Amino acid sequence: MSKVLINRNDFIYGFKKGTPILLGYIPVAFTFGLMAVNGGLPPLMAVFISLSNLTSAGQFAGTNLIIEGAGYLEIALTTFVINIRYMLMSLSLSQKIDPKITLWQRLIFGFGITDETFSMASMEKGKLSYSYMLGLITGPIFGWSFGTALGAFTCSALPQSLSNAMGIALFAMFIAIIVPPSKKSRPILMIVLISVTINLALKHIPIFSFISSGFRVIISTILGAGIGAALWPAKEENGIVKED
Amino acid sequence: MLYAFIATVLMALVTYLPRVLPIAVFRKEIKSTYIRSFLQYVPYAVLGALTFPDIFNSTSSYTTAVCGTIVALILAYREKSLFVVALGAILTVYVTGLFL
Repeated sequence: MSKVLINRNDFIYGFKKGTPILLGYIPVAFTFGLMAVNGGLPPLMAVFISLSNLTSAGQFAGTNLIIEGAGYLEIALTTFVINIRYMLMSLSLSQKIDPKITLWQRLIFGFGITDETFSMASMEKGKLSYSYMLGLITGPIFGWSFGTALGAFTCSALPQSLSNAMGIALFAMFIAIIVPPSKKSRPILMIVLISVTINLALKHIPIFSFISSGFRVIISTILGAGIGAALWPAKEENGIVKED
Repeated sequence: MLYAFIATVLMALVTYLPRVLPIAVFRKEIKSTYIRSFLQYVPYAVLGALTFPDIFNSTSSYTTAVCGTIVALILAYREKSLFVVALGAILTVYVTGLFL
């Protein structure tokens, strides 16, 4: 298995690309650590959740259910539904990575696919190597766990008003990812707007009220990206889609 | 705490599987322009739907959340990093919260 050897340059380049994600994760993970400990979980459990799950929305929702004492099935199902979007990202990355990357390597770096690492990776030009992917995910994994630990252990020292304010961190990070490409590409802007509009409609029109929030996101994503792909077929393989 | 531990392991499992299954199983190149375009557009659609409208309920009051959202949008439009956008939004919510 000599191919397992890591290309240092690719790794370092990937790590650099992951650094802004690492920093962005800290306030969001901090919020998570705070929330988990305020809900009665031990700080180490909060860190264990971040280390083993490495996800934002799914982990927030799942942990809230643990705090409420929900059943295993409900916890697993809710988390799964929120995470189905990763299948779309993973499928998308399968087209973007070097086809020679082995199964074991895929199983390793696949753990680090998040909304943010995925967005970063899909905006790269050309095929992605295993070393690049490893470099990319290393910083974010650290930032997510470290931020959680900070939040979990300093929990009681923080005023309530500040911890309330941190609830917005996760969403602000999502905004930071989608706005710059939306500025440059009209199709991407339209797709974001379509997806948000559908999500709002499903949430507020009473006949759709049986749809849970996780499924709402999935339906909005499939319709938004589906309509977008029909109206604006992308020419380029790179993340920044060129207009026709 | 055994309950929380088991629940966490379950969560980790249902988070890991959707991440690796497609990339581990699927090796062929997709030829269809439609599907390729669809896959490229997924991240923007998903993050948009995750953010709006939930961001408006993410703090203790609607007003502070709207202020935080506006600041996040402005900072992101100026292409500031994830960290700056997140911190800017948190501070805005905190400061506007002091006046309510």
